[in-house]
Amino acid sequence: MSAAATSLMDAMQQEERRRLDVPRGTELLRLEHASKYFGSVVALEDVSIDLKAGEVHALLGDNGAGKSTLIKILSGVHQPDKGRYLVEGQEVHFTSPRDALARGIATVYQDLAMIPLMSISRNFFLGAEPTTGWGPFRRFDVETADRISREELLRMGINVRDTAQAVGTLSGGERQSVAIARAVYFGARVLILDEPTAALGVKEAAVVLRYIAQARARNLGVIFITHNVHHAYPVADRFTILNRGSSYGTFSKQEVTREEVVQMMAGGDDLETLGHELEEFARLDDERVGRMLPSEAGAGAMLQEMGQAFVAEGQEAERETPPPR
Amino acid sequence: MQVTQRAEAEAASRPPTAQKQAAKTGTLRRLLMRPEMGAVAGAVGVWLFFALTAGGRGFLTLRGTANYLEVAAQFGILAIAVALLMIGGEFDLSIGSMIGACGIIFALLSANFGWNVWMAMLASLAFAILLGIFNGALVLTTGLPSFIVTLGTLLMIRGVTVGTTRLVTGRTVVSGLGDLPGYDAIRDVFASKLTIGNAGFSIAILWWLVIAALATWVLLRTPFGNWIYGVGGNPQAARNVGVPINLVKIVLFIGTAVAAWLVAMIQVLGARSADVVRGTGTEFTAIIAAVIGGVLLTGGYGSAVGAVFGALIFGMVRQGIVFLGIDPGWEDAVLGAMLVIAVLVNRYVRHRALGVRE
Ligand SMILES: Nc1ncnc2c1ncn2[C@@H]1O[C@H](COP(=O)(O)OP(=O)(O)OP(=O)(O)O)[C@@H](O)[C@H]1O
Ligand SMILES: [Mg+2]
Repeated sequence: MSAAATSLMDAMQQEERRRLDVPRGTELLRLEHASKYFGSVVALEDVSIDLKAGEVHALLGDNGAGKSTLIKILSGVHQPDKGRYLVEGQEVHFTSPRDALARGIATVYQDLAMIPLMSISRNFFLGAEPTTGWGPFRRFDVETADRISREELLRMGINVRDTAQAVGTLSGGERQSVAIARAVYFGARVLILDEPTAALGVKEAAVVLRYIAQARARNLGVIFITHNVHHAYPVADRFTILNRGSSYGTFSKQEVTREEVVQMMAGGDDLETLGHELEEFARLDDERVGRMLPSEAGAGAMLQEMGQAFVAEGQEAERETPPPR
Repeated sequence: MQVTQRAEAEAASRPPTAQKQAAKTGTLRRLLMRPEMGAVAGAVGVWLFFALTAGGRGFLTLRGTANYLEVAAQFGILAIAVALLMIGGEFDLSIGSMIGACGIIFALLSANFGWNVWMAMLASLAFAILLGIFNGALVLTTGLPSFIVTLGTLLMIRGVTVGTTRLVTGRTVVSGLGDLPGYDAIRDVFASKLTIGNAGFSIAILWWLVIAALATWVLLRTPFGNWIYGVGGNPQAARNVGVPINLVKIVLFIGTAVAAWLVAMIQVLGARSADVVRGTGTEFTAIIAAVIGGVLLTGGYGSAVGAVFGALIFGMVRQGIVFLGIDPGWEDAVLGAMLVIAVLVNRYVRHRALGVRE
């Protein structure tokens, strides 16, 4: 009965092998001049974006800017009304998330990633359960599922006490991390994360950002959606900034400062006032965090530090050949 | 990375006995957190209660045991199927009238239309499967709560069964099945007694245990079982990872319908007559047994073993009260209280299973 799921799993594992063969920097996907309309609502107008292997591409924008719509096109939920979508140079017309998944494009949604009452390993393999045995005695190989999920989580640097524990006992950040580890294991080459850090505190967000950097080190392309420049800036290599359905373009980290990104996100209105306001916010934020965590120099500084660590880790991972699984 | 290393270092520095201790309490804790633990404890408690109060009146004899196990078996067959469906996030109230309908179809075809009993049995089974598919499809296409949809089919099936049976026979009972050719053979399969000592154990008990083992295996050791939990726990998330949630739900609805058919065969062949009102009320007793067995009303959590013990509690209370010689009206009071306690225990267990977070 799980023939479909099994073949999906096979396809995904083939993708994993192919992923490691692709040189870093190879273009994985490209969306050209895409528009999307919901009745009279213009959700996206003439937006282009591309993603390379081994990069983190942050998609930024205010509420209603069209971020979710854009990634739903990439993950096969929506079809663009105008424009072309290419995966590895080939034009594609996805009609469901399954199509995208089969091409190695996995999406992790904030709330819908995991099932709280199920164990970690059961969640990990839901829909693609490993089996042993033959014919009517073919069964879910629980031991293998436990072992692999434990190993894969460890490879991402997540040390769980017990893979039989319910996912609901994990913190929000850990849950996101398990979902990311899962997507990576099943051969995702493109990882799309919709606001993975939105509901998380600074420390939890840091955990998730670390796994994003890990995924990059394993040669995935990551599209990371966030409202929060402080989360995006330390890990992202490039930024695409949306405002009311249009794109300000894509910038590499060398081209823009954190402040410029913030200004573009705000839509360029009233920049001066906004800039001052934001500075004030940042100062207050640092003060507040400084009081709460006397050992840290503040959230911004902590994230900046992490960013440097990620870069170092990434370079290290690039030097090593990827470990065989 | 650092975090991992630190945790490993800590684990290594702990004395090995402490580690073993931790593992042991972990196993014990995990056992206590199993969904069926409340029902197992409850069953032991109920048994002890009747052993003390009605032990001298026959509750503890082989015959007494055979007696309550037979009652529990029929509840149990339904409760297991209902438990799987509820774990998958749906209800099926229509089993209450499906038992009557399946029994009547078998009886009419064999007694009034002269069908071979085995063919009549298969026709009744086919009818049940079709009803299961119909229920599932109706729930999935309308998107309405299955509680309401199957309440509707409960009434529809009963109405049609009563109307058709009256039309064909002028009555609502079809009797005289014992004289049919081949009756003895088919009764052996569904309603015979296995004599152990001086007591006759109903073969329904065997069906019950086989179904319990099968359901447990499916839930814990097959991909399909994992999908059941996933579909009940969060259908959207399950769909996102490629679980065919419509297929899972329809199969589960077929499961409850087939369980109703099996109970119908057991009852009709045991009584040698079919009655349209057979099974009335079982739609709720099955849900109650499943809930006492630790199945969450909201889906995504529970076990088949729990439903087995939930049904066992039912059987013991119902027959134990008879042995005690008090008014059978007390049965409902006891079961109602057990249901409330079970729901409270379940909530506690779920909170513990999820740690402090929800
Ligand atoms: N299915 C839909 N039907 C109609 N309008 C929609 C639909 N989905 C999105 N929109 C509209 O398209 C615009 C962009 O929405 P989108 O969800 O992509 O924004 P977003 O950048 O993800 O915002 P947020 O940060 O709040 O998540 C909004 O005006 C929204 O109301
Ligand atoms: Mg959004």
